[in-house]
Amino acid sequence: MMQITCPWCGKCDEWEFEYGGPSGVVRPPLEAPDETWGDYLFFRDNVKGSSVERWRHSYGCGQWFNVERDSVTHRVSAAFRFDESGP
Amino acid sequence: MKQRYSIWSLLRGSLSQHEAWPPAWRDTEPRGKYDAIIVGGGGHGLATAYYLAKNHGMANVAVLEKGWLGGGNTGRNTTIVRSNYFFPESARLYDFSLKLYENLSSELNFNIMLSQRGVITLAHSRHDAEIMARAANAMHMNGIDAELLGREAVIERVPLLDTSTAARFPVWGGICQARAGCARHDAVAWGYARAASGLGVDIIQNCEVLGFEYQGSRAVGVKTTCGSIRSDRIGIAAAGHSSVLAALAGFRLPVTSYALQAMVSEPVKPILDTVVLSPATAAYVSQSDKGEMVMGAGLDLFPSYAQRGSFAGTQRTIAGVLELFPSLGRLPLLRQWAGIVDVVNDSSPIIGATPVDGIFINCGWGTGGFKAIPAGGWLFAHILATGRNHDLAEPFQLERFVTGRLIDEAGASGIAH
Repeated sequence: MMQITCPWCGKCDEWEFEYGGPSGVVRPPLEAPDETWGDYLFFRDNVKGSSVERWRHSYGCGQWFNVERDSVTHRVSAAFRFDESGP
Repeated sequence: MKQRYSIWSLLRGSLSQHEAWPPAWRDTEPRGKYDAIIVGGGGHGLATAYYLAKNHGMANVAVLEKGWLGGGNTGRNTTIVRSNYFFPESARLYDFSLKLYENLSSELNFNIMLSQRGVITLAHSRHDAEIMARAANAMHMNGIDAELLGREAVIERVPLLDTSTAARFPVWGGICQARAGCARHDAVAWGYARAASGLGVDIIQNCEVLGFEYQGSRAVGVKTTCGSIRSDRIGIAAAGHSSVLAALAGFRLPVTSYALQAMVSEPVKPILDTVVLSPATAAYVSQSDKGEMVMGAGLDLFPSYAQRGSFAGTQRTIAGVLELFPSLGRLPLLRQWAGIVDVVNDSSPIIGATPVDGIFINCGWGTGGFKAIPAGGWLFAHILATGRNHDLAEPFQLERFVTGRLIDEAGASGIAH
């Protein structure tokens, strides 16, 4: 089972957390064309390997934060708050 | 070299103690150039190759598989086939697939062991039952068989269910598609491989695609671990790895890859003669011909390319199954595994052109790709051969994520997957 170190609560088991999409997806301006909105809403890098994701400690403190995780090994290499910069 | 299987060939085989059977398909090395290349030797890729040869007379085709035939999701699913979908586009597509399945054993001369034992989706509350009546109406409108079952009918059909007053998920009724059921998943891959190979298709295992070759902006070949192979029609049928191949070709897909787990218990005597699915627990259970209880549930809800699944997911699956069937509680698990499924926001597939000329894609089947193998292959072969979408595939294009014309089966069909 994965364990994730919540920046507020410390290390907890996977089932306490929820995945909330990749980090760094920027919302386009309202007047952007449909292609841009479609890209923003649906299209993803879906990385095989390490990437930064948003997770929420749903059954803990309820906070959102960033997790750097490998999608092949499930190894969590970093977990940091939105106001912190990652490794 | 393709030998017709029959009772006579079986008797002939017995004369040599069944040691003289020729291989079912040719495992070959790639030639330099093909009329079409299919990337991915799972069910969809092999079916595509078969229908290219059969329906369109295109036999100069290679199927490239990075591992072994049917070693991905084709060999990892829970073998359920059904067409109980909500929207007309989906119903047409999946019922076309089910109809092809119904004739597949004789078409391929390979016993896929299709068993139309019915799929019963349970209602656990009055509200579930109401939504199910709506789904049944939609299915009837779409020309799909569906039967609403009351509580008594479900109990009679599935006596193994916990229907006591103490049940955490009380049984209010259900909906049954009688034509749905199971098929042997390996046989579907092997049957298509054998039939395609018999028509002249090259099947190349242990051959991973590392990149694409271009002439201008048009793709004209693939770079592989077996060298360069040229073709001006390249079809990607790589399920959970679709995004990886798309990235190599320089475009993105509306796909997220998740692990979907399945597991089987040790074999026991026949106790369940249908497929039972419970949307509330996301669990689905059937019994294999060998007697194993075959179980699955929802996705591990974080992106994954690991074909094993997480222990938290295994626990959740078993918890769901045991709420329905407490009597299975003492069965030891025999095996547990996961497949990497390509989930799209609207839980509907993508079969068509990509932003790169010469590259086509068949993906996005998510948790339900097995049931769609014959249709996926048929429709994908159609666009690869003719350059035009088959009518059934027209609604399932990438453009829908820009136009917003989604076919949102995720919520609509009221089923776990």
